[in-house]
Amino acid sequence: MEYISNLEKNLLNSKFTITAEIGPPKGSDKNIIINKAKILENFADAFNITDNQTAVVRMSSIAASKILLDNNVEPIIQITCRDRNRIAIQSDILGASALGIKNVLCLTGDHQSFGNHPESKGVFDIDSIQLLQIVKNMCKKGVFQNGEIIRFGKPKFFIGAATNPFSDMINFSIDRLEKKIDAGVRFIQTQSVFNIDKFNEWFDIIKSRGIERRVHILVGITPLKSKKMAYRMKYHVPGVDFPDYLYNRIEKSDDDAKEGFNISLELIKKIKKISGIKGIHITALFWEKIIPDLIIKSNLTKNERKT
Amino acid sequence: MIITKSKDTSEIENLIDKKSVFIMGCSECATICKTGGEEEVNKLKKDLVLKGIKVTGSIVLDPACHKLNDIRILKKFKNELNKSEKILVLSCGNGLQTISEIIEDKDIICGTNTLFLGEIKRLNEFERMCNFCGNCIINDFQGFCPITRCPKNMLNGPCGGSVKGKCEINKDMKCVWQLIVNKFENKNKISELKKIVKPFDWSKSQNWRLKI
Repeated sequence: MEYISNLEKNLLNSKFTITAEIGPPKGSDKNIIINKAKILENFADAFNITDNQTAVVRMSSIAASKILLDNNVEPIIQITCRDRNRIAIQSDILGASALGIKNVLCLTGDHQSFGNHPESKGVFDIDSIQLLQIVKNMCKKGVFQNGEIIRFGKPKFFIGAATNPFSDMINFSIDRLEKKIDAGVRFIQTQSVFNIDKFNEWFDIIKSRGIERRVHILVGITPLKSKKMAYRMKYHVPGVDFPDYLYNRIEKSDDDAKEGFNISLELIKKIKKISGIKGIHITALFWEKIIPDLIIKSNLTKNERKT
Repeated sequence: MIITKSKDTSEIENLIDKKSVFIMGCSECATICKTGGEEEVNKLKKDLVLKGIKVTGSIVLDPACHKLNDIRILKKFKNELNKSEKILVLSCGNGLQTISEIIEDKDIICGTNTLFLGEIKRLNEFERMCNFCGNCIINDFQGFCPITRCPKNMLNGPCGGSVKGKCEINKDMKCVWQLIVNKFENKNKISELKKIVKPFDWSKSQNWRLKI
């Protein structure tokens, strides 16, 4: 079988798949990306490069992904609908494909008012589901959003999206996940999970509807480096459910980084046992160098994950 | 209604720059928003006079955006207008530009900021309700507009960031998707929201001129 990307191959063949996020630098120094890639390359199957995450200006996702590619590391570009309209997005899809990028994560994007240019104008010409459908149609049918045929090379992408198991409107948010599948999504990376009980409740509904058989689900893991990060996560990141008992553990700890690390280990251990989960997606905000330890201590190195 | 907010008096004073000024208000939206009604025009007139600025006269137009009516009313103020170097307009941006086209030889000063088409929630509290997209889809959403009331214009469901039914961008604002989902659930029609809504046709909001 021919696979679009290694990520797709892994999801279809391995016991457990790992993706991790690399935040590109707030500058043009490509060595920052290369150095992160060197530390992390053996510890995940593919790496998300964020698209101006939390609406803060950083090196472009496609450019940073190309740097990964040049260093033999598989990237997942992220595309949000905040900064570009359908013309710019389709142009980027063509360009990224021409550069050899094979994975894309389609998001609506954080609102610009949360970022470092709150005076900017948000675009939001399309939403994430429309974006997914546009990318799928470009790849599968070879047509642009307006119906025009792509004559000089269809792009080729393994398409992903995000979902939040802790949304306020839980039932409809699962309907919405199904809409994403209908629109063409093949893999899902969830919002960071801290409340494992609530996650299990969500996943029970997912399984009762057979959704985990229609899309590969990777569970979001965020190791927290400090009390400050835990505070931010609990009170300031929209859509995150951070339970009090975990917050108190970090708050009362003498070594908050260690406690944050241990919490992630425990979460991974529990997630590994859930049948139907295809892997984890690690978002180690400002703490990427902890990822190797987290993988080793979770017995999830590449050799251990081989079927 | 078109919602406006007054600019700071100091900003207006700087724009008047000690020149003689004629003040125009508007009997409709700006009156209700308390930015350009009889009361506000008179108060500003008093404040400016106290600061030594010559106010040649004032009128509350009925309404400022009605061009032919403005021309008719302003004929009666020919003398006052001739004596004025600047015209201060306390209406929405539309009313002001109607005046700009009628009075070509004076500096026109805008004394308000025009915010949006919105609802009066209570005195001095307004909420955006329409973005003038020219392509109304409210019928598809049980009487709520996600184009206007969702800061990310989400047409296929909520972003997932709302907390207890409030928008993640502004905690004073209801998440419009919560309202939509509730209404579809109450009517047992939630499956209708599972259809993928295609990218929106924004071209209708870009009609620069319309003749009916």
